[in-house]
Amino acid sequence: MTVTRTVSQRRMTRKTRRLWLVLSCLACFAVATALVLNAFSSSIVFFMAPSQVLKTPPAPDRVIRLGGMVVAGSLRRTVQGQSPVNLFQVTDGQAAIEVRFEGILPDLFREGQSVVALGTWVPGKDFAASEVLAKHDETYMPREVAEALQRSGKWDPRFGKPPSAESWNTMTRNEAQASRANSGSPLP
Amino acid sequence: MTASTRRRLLMALPVAGAGLIGAGCWKMLSSMQAGSFDPRAIRLDAASRDVPDFTLPGLSGGEKGFDTAALRMSPVPVLVNFFASWCIPCVAEMATLRAIGQQIALWGIAYKDKPEDAQRFVTRDGSPYARVALDQSGMTAIDWGVSGVPESFLVLPGGHIAWHGAAALDEAVFQREILPLARQKR
Amino acid sequence: MMTVFGAEEGHYALALACVLALAQFVLPLWGAARRRQFLLDLAPALACAQLLALAYSFLSLIICAIEDDFSVQNVAANSAISKPLLYKITGVWGNHEGSVLLWALILAVCGGAVALLGRGLPLVLKARVLAILGGVSTGFQLFCLLTSDPFARVWPAPPDGQGMNPLLQDPGLAFHPPVLYTGYVGFAVPFAFAVAALIEGRVDAAWGRWVRPWAVAAWCFLTLGIAMGSWWSYYVLGWGGYWFWDPVENASLIPWLTGTALVHSAVVVEKRDALRIWTVLLAIASFSFSLSGTFLVRSGILNSVHAFANDPARGVFILALLGIVIGGSLVLFAWRAPSLSAGGLFAPVSREGGLVLNNILLCALCAVVVTGTMYPPFMQILTGRTLSVGKPFFDATTIPLALPLLIVMAAGTMLPWKRGHLAPVLRRLRLAAFVTALSLLVGLMMLEGILPALCAAAALWVILSSLTDMALRIAPRLDRASTWRARLGAAGQRARHLPRAIWGSSIAHIGVGVTVLGLTGMSQARHDVVEIGIGQTLHQGNLDWTLLAVRQEKGPNYEALVADLAVARNGRSVAILHPSRRDFTSQHQVTTDVAIRTNLMRDLYAALGDAHGGTHDGGREARYVLRLHNNPLAPWIWLGGIIMALGGGLSLTDRRHRFGAPMKQGRTNAAMEGA
Repeated sequence: MTVTRTVSQRRMTRKTRRLWLVLSCLACFAVATALVLNAFSSSIVFFMAPSQVLKTPPAPDRVIRLGGMVVAGSLRRTVQGQSPVNLFQVTDGQAAIEVRFEGILPDLFREGQSVVALGTWVPGKDFAASEVLAKHDETYMPREVAEALQRSGKWDPRFGKPPSAESWNTMTRNEAQASRANSGSPLP
Repeated sequence: MTASTRRRLLMALPVAGAGLIGAGCWKMLSSMQAGSFDPRAIRLDAASRDVPDFTLPGLSGGEKGFDTAALRMSPVPVLVNFFASWCIPCVAEMATLRAIGQQIALWGIAYKDKPEDAQRFVTRDGSPYARVALDQSGMTAIDWGVSGVPESFLVLPGGHIAWHGAAALDEAVFQREILPLARQKR
Repeated sequence: MMTVFGAEEGHYALALACVLALAQFVLPLWGAARRRQFLLDLAPALACAQLLALAYSFLSLIICAIEDDFSVQNVAANSAISKPLLYKITGVWGNHEGSVLLWALILAVCGGAVALLGRGLPLVLKARVLAILGGVSTGFQLFCLLTSDPFARVWPAPPDGQGMNPLLQDPGLAFHPPVLYTGYVGFAVPFAFAVAALIEGRVDAAWGRWVRPWAVAAWCFLTLGIAMGSWWSYYVLGWGGYWFWDPVENASLIPWLTGTALVHSAVVVEKRDALRIWTVLLAIASFSFSLSGTFLVRSGILNSVHAFANDPARGVFILALLGIVIGGSLVLFAWRAPSLSAGGLFAPVSREGGLVLNNILLCALCAVVVTGTMYPPFMQILTGRTLSVGKPFFDATTIPLALPLLIVMAAGTMLPWKRGHLAPVLRRLRLAAFVTALSLLVGLMMLEGILPALCAAAALWVILSSLTDMALRIAPRLDRASTWRARLGAAGQRARHLPRAIWGSSIAHIGVGVTVLGLTGMSQARHDVVEIGIGQTLHQGNLDWTLLAVRQEKGPNYEALVADLAVARNGRSVAILHPSRRDFTSQHQVTTDVAIRTNLMRDLYAALGDAHGGTHDGGREARYVLRLHNNPLAPWIWLGGIIMALGGGLSLTDRRHRFGAPMKQGRTNAAMEGA
């Protein structure tokens, strides 16, 4: 009698235990899924090029990553109160957008090179960037910049390491000057 | 379903999950190698637009370059290639371009280059280009949507851009993507 | 010249190690299947030989770097004559090829450690574990030899190398990779134990006892590695951030989460013989995530700020390797695990129940981080849209899952095994609960936002309840007659007799609390970016930052702009900081040297940016861009990491948990049955 009772009890506990486990697993993963879905709907950051931004403007409070080249000769700096403000244009060759960034531009920010700016865009105004990425060195560089280097033909991974920052810099400065001298007008 | 089958299925879940992720990564890697997927790309798709207005001079002083009208009037599709003498991948691309130039009308635009450098670059081993123009300021390149060199555009008669590639061309891409488009319209 | 340690010799040693690793993979497995004793005995010898060969190979590469042998491409690309000796050596693993070799070396060290320290292990199990480690080694050494040869020569040899990158000449970065890799690779041992157990078809309490120290050791290194990486980005990058949810960082966090789960579930296997299949799966998962994380980043699929130059051809090899290692082990799991019997019983409210909840929450956290990391490339390949998942996503998903984890963590350690009741535990924790509730109220009033207050309270709860737990364990019986001195002596006695593993786990839990407090503090950090002239002041809360002077200084190979920045709190001067900006003229690189003044409760953090105006700009007054942070509790983030690792290390010194400690009973049985 007692034996059968303990056996049935044990079976019960095994079952209830498993039920507990399964339920807590399910509950936890349901919560996790809900959190992920919720965050996806609100905190995904889309990568957009200037022409895409102009064609399909994101909601004004929506953070996006704006990527493109800094238009040569477009960087202007002002100070508001005590905050330094940088204004420059980012282009994808089809459209340009004015970017406004309060803060320190990365060391390797260069006109005529690729940057990624994180921020929001208000139609009719400028793109308010909270972060500008262009940090680079031989080993650690933003992918976008590596990509731009590869694309601009200044570096091809098959031919070894990327050129040093200096040669890269003078290359773009000279080009920027040449293009300004030649065209005589600021870029679109 | 018996308990043991259920158990087996449960234990096979991890391998199925890993397999799915693995398959996805495999797809990404193979598309990366084919050049059709780039997690870092700034997408610049100029395809299915019309050729912008431009007029460019040729490489040496008196020589004539080409302009929008010339591209529109061309009876055959033209592959327009932006290059520069200072660009290492362009040097590597030259051999391919010479082969491609036999099969399609290939016009070149030298991007931000000194005329004499570009001239030397083009003629060193025999020019692959039927016509060459010089875009010294880089303004035309920006209108086209070029983000760097080398880049190539397939322009159909009438001036419609049918294909845009933002990397050095190779024979495989040419055969797979450009040639079918060009043949369709010929 | 030392031709004994040349590039060719190193290359040859690597190839030799690869062959030895292959032998280490095949022969013991064969021996175990065919019951050939001498083949089983061969496994430790092969593991040691492989370790020696690889160590020779690695040493050769280091000597090439020390001797400035620029005909070796890796040295030419990553070293230079004028580089300090220390960075010549550490530069060896600062690049893709060298780091793969370091990976392989650490893996071989793990194999050697199992061979030498695992004396108490049954012969067959040990042989199989070493065989699995050998198999993984073979794969990585092939990867090294075939796709990323660190010994490749260049001809003609350049007169000087190109590897003078000032940003990489930093002790934090120099020693960060070996520690982190040891963490990653360390999980290969639990993985090998898991696979060996699956082949053998038995997982028992003894298995849990063998696996646990290895998992704890790997976990300690991984914890330290993550903390070091985070500290490095805090003080070198000059952005004032410590964690960017970058794929490289996530790649280290994911195995840390599963590894933490593994450390806890292995306890259940050891003590209660339950959760066996789950623990095996966790052991496989931890190593799989370690592998795939680092290598997916290198294949270029994941978009990261910290990227080695990557190439998809390597990626294919890596993926194939991952497929064999991970896919193979998971197929084995799917095939063998169903035949493992279910373990012991326990009630939902019990130590096991708490650990299960910990595992579920950690795995949910892990799933969330994996989703956030893998979502962008998957979405791009499926829909063609480029998107990124950053801090807002991870904050919104991880914090709500971490909070219950912290709350459960406190009570879990005080629950008895098998069956318990919450009421007595909560009664013992009433003081801690009261203080926590009080701090929550204070936090809600003082801190910005509800979430930081909740996190701070949860962290405090963890710390206080861990302290309470320890205090109760060592508190002597109340005896009015005895003096406080005698009581203290008795408490000390009890403290000494308490198993070190218990000390370790409590300390590690306190470390978690400290880190979370640090994270909460950082969420309250204030920072301003200003452009001010000399003599001007920025008011930031109760802090006044005054730029006193900026001067030029000449270093050995750089010119620096150094600022003197006075900081005053409520009008009283607290510190003078010297942030600087170094221009390495010959390398044409500018680095930002952050000035940090800490009193352990808050960091004053200043970075100097560009100078504008001044003599070369029309005589306008010179103005300087400064980034000024007031980071409360910032050092606690890394302090907590160190405490966690210390706790883990302490539990490793527990007599019962030493590597390969002999099991109390059944050892001979297991050996007999296996053989």
